[in-house]
Amino acid sequence: MPTKEEIFEKVQNALVDALGVDEEEVTPEATLVGDLGAESIDFLDIQFRLEKAFNIKIPQKELLPQDVLTNAQYVQDGRVTDAGLAELRKRMPWASLDRFAANPKVQDFTNSLTVEDLCRFVESKVGAA
Amino acid sequence: MRWYWIDRFIEFESGRRARAIKNISLAEEHLHDHFPGYAVMPNSLIMEGMAQTGGLLVCEHGRFQEKVVLAKAPRVTFYLPALPGDTLIYTATIEYIRDDGAMVTVASHRQDQLQAEGELVFAHLNGEHHDKVLFEPSAYLRMMRMLRAYEVGHAADGSPLREPEELLRAAASSG
Repeated sequence: MPTKEEIFEKVQNALVDALGVDEEEVTPEATLVGDLGAESIDFLDIQFRLEKAFNIKIPQKELLPQDVLTNAQYVQDGRVTDAGLAELRKRMPWASLDRFAANPKVQDFTNSLTVEDLCRFVESKVGAA
Repeated sequence: MRWYWIDRFIEFESGRRARAIKNISLAEEHLHDHFPGYAVMPNSLIMEGMAQTGGLLVCEHGRFQEKVVLAKAPRVTFYLPALPGDTLIYTATIEYIRDDGAMVTVASHRQDQLQAEGELVFAHLNGEHHDKVLFEPSAYLRMMRMLRAYEVGHAADGSPLREPEELLRAAASSG
């Protein structure tokens, strides 16, 4: 079972390789989209690298629940509804969604995810020490 | 794909690895201007050739049922120029393949020298693009036959690579 430090190190390596950023830029607080410049296709690349590094399976909708963000039941006028937020919190217990919830525009969703969220996501898959 | 940047396959191991040849000739018109007086194969076209080698390998693994597109090139490094008269051997190896895409490592060799290497990510188009047709089944068949994949290829169990039934049926029904 890897430690939190080991998880961070591997996540950091995956992001350096996938996004071409410097190691120093990959801090726990850094947002994947805003700070590290990830685009939608990079998430596929990041998933490949995390699956390989940790020997885990990441179903397509687990890291980015696009089905929630495109569901009329959960989105109105480009904003995630309370029911949508509840669904996101249920599906992504590892993500700190408070900042996103304050102004839940769908287009800002991916920008709310941080390196720390990604580490917690991996921890939830591997069970960190 | 009418834009061929490989000449033929010399190995095709289904789901694992493919190797293809690219012979560079001064008859290729783009070399006359790249650059005037010093013809050198553009790196972008070498990358396209490596992507075609890997892309067809990924397509074949999915029996040509997925719409495979080159999504990104996280890392590609070129070490040597490739000139008219050179033969490049492109090698594509599947590192990872899932329902939504694949990661492939690629290399280009000029004789025994490493000319270029890198990683390519392919995505399977789905969602809003699901109904789009990138290539007709007959086009895939023509491509794979022309590149001689079925002459040199092997299935995962080592038996000779066969043209997929789905593709033959679809090509027959579309005329």
